[in-house]
Amino acid sequence: MKFITIAGPPSCGKTAVLIHTIKRLLEDDTKVAVGKIDCLETDDGERYKDLGIPVIVGLSGDLCPDHYYVSNLEEILTWAKKNQAEMTILETAGLCHRCAPAIVGCLSVVVIDNLSGIDTPRKIGPVLTTADVVVITKGDIVSQAEREVFRQKIRLVNPEAEILEFNGLTGKGSVRLRKILLESPEVHTLVDETLRSSMPACICSYCTGETRIGNSYQLGNVLKIVS
Amino acid sequence: MNNLVTIKKITILGGYTKDGMEEPIRKMDITTGEILVLVGPTGSGKSMLLSDIELLASADTPSKRTVLINDTMYEGCRSEIIAQLSQTMNFVMDTTVGDFLILHASSRNIDSDAIVNDVIALANTLAGEPINPHDFITTLSGGQSRALMIADIALISDSPIVLVDEIENAGIDKLQALQVLSDKGKIVIVASHDPVIMLMAKRRVVMRNGGMNKVLSTNQKETELLHELISFDKNMFSLRESLRTSGTIEIA
Repeated sequence: MKFITIAGPPSCGKTAVLIHTIKRLLEDDTKVAVGKIDCLETDDGERYKDLGIPVIVGLSGDLCPDHYYVSNLEEILTWAKKNQAEMTILETAGLCHRCAPAIVGCLSVVVIDNLSGIDTPRKIGPVLTTADVVVITKGDIVSQAEREVFRQKIRLVNPEAEILEFNGLTGKGSVRLRKILLESPEVHTLVDETLRSSMPACICSYCTGETRIGNSYQLGNVLKIVS
Repeated sequence: MNNLVTIKKITILGGYTKDGMEEPIRKMDITTGEILVLVGPTGSGKSMLLSDIELLASADTPSKRTVLINDTMYEGCRSEIIAQLSQTMNFVMDTTVGDFLILHASSRNIDSDAIVNDVIALANTLAGEPINPHDFITTLSGGQSRALMIADIALISDSPIVLVDEIENAGIDKLQALQVLSDKGKIVIVASHDPVIMLMAKRRVVMRNGGMNKVLSTNQKETELLHELISFDKNMFSLRESLRTSGTIEIA
């Protein structure tokens, strides 16, 4: 079984990239299963189901979607095995990126778009810096020069990753991404594997449902902007 | 970031039309300094061919074409040898022309402030209203943006292959623009609906139903006609310039 994680900011084109690439994988009869993690609501599951593949959707509700994601990795792998998948692709919620739970030994793909701003590669942290493959979308609507600068900024924070330009409308780039996914490592279990970066501590009263503002309501791991 | 390989030519090996028939042109070479124009109605496959070249296809796109560089499959980084320009491209970065060009030049390891003036000067030969280094790139007009993109590709990107998708309506001096690109010894491939651009190239590929149907060389009659068309075009251009800078036309 190949287990691949795909992350990236909201609206960067993760789902479009995946749908085009899965269509390519299905041409070769690769058995693909998709997991989608989100917080409150997602329609992406339906879009994957339209491809006729097994889909599992997890909504984290009140929990951090990335922590929920890590807590369910083994369950998702077991589910995919039951569905005779040869490749499991797990898409993150794409919210804060601070956690970006990429797994050692599993291919990690990040999608980032040319419109997201020139400083984005420097700002988004481990989701980009620990990725094996960086897929850049929306290159068709920005200038050649901006594409080159954006690519260079990505190189600066992640010198090793394979960088791939992808057009989410036409699917241009999907053949290359299929090849990369097919060459990714095999895993049998995720138990005892580790995350590529630690997830930040986030244990304060607001994590447990507090809504009131003010020092007296803030318990646990609290950091102040001015000390 | 100089190109490690000197690119002498591109070869396109024919694939299939939309109906799955072999396309009539089975092999085509394009050498440095050449401008090749792709012609054909909307939907005939011009953009698809540009896309195959951009991807350096190896029988892995819907057309199943193969694109070779110097007779071999290119192993290096595609994006370093191919630059693109199309009508749908815009500047989106929030910065001035001067700062932007310095940023782009440094990403290409060009360490010189002189390049900024060179690019702006070249861009200003292509567009009506002059571009100023202090202008924000997002506030440039369509023509100015296109002119700056072309000058930037010519001088900073310096990619040996340039793919152009329909720039005729961009409000720039299109002949000068293509000249600027091909003068630098680039291979320039242009999809166009404009007869002036079609005839200024020595060869044009006629696209039909997704396939390369014919390759035509510009003949003597067409070259003569081109001179006429260019002078029409120049008249149109100066008329446009005159009208937009408050000129009037009087009865003689």
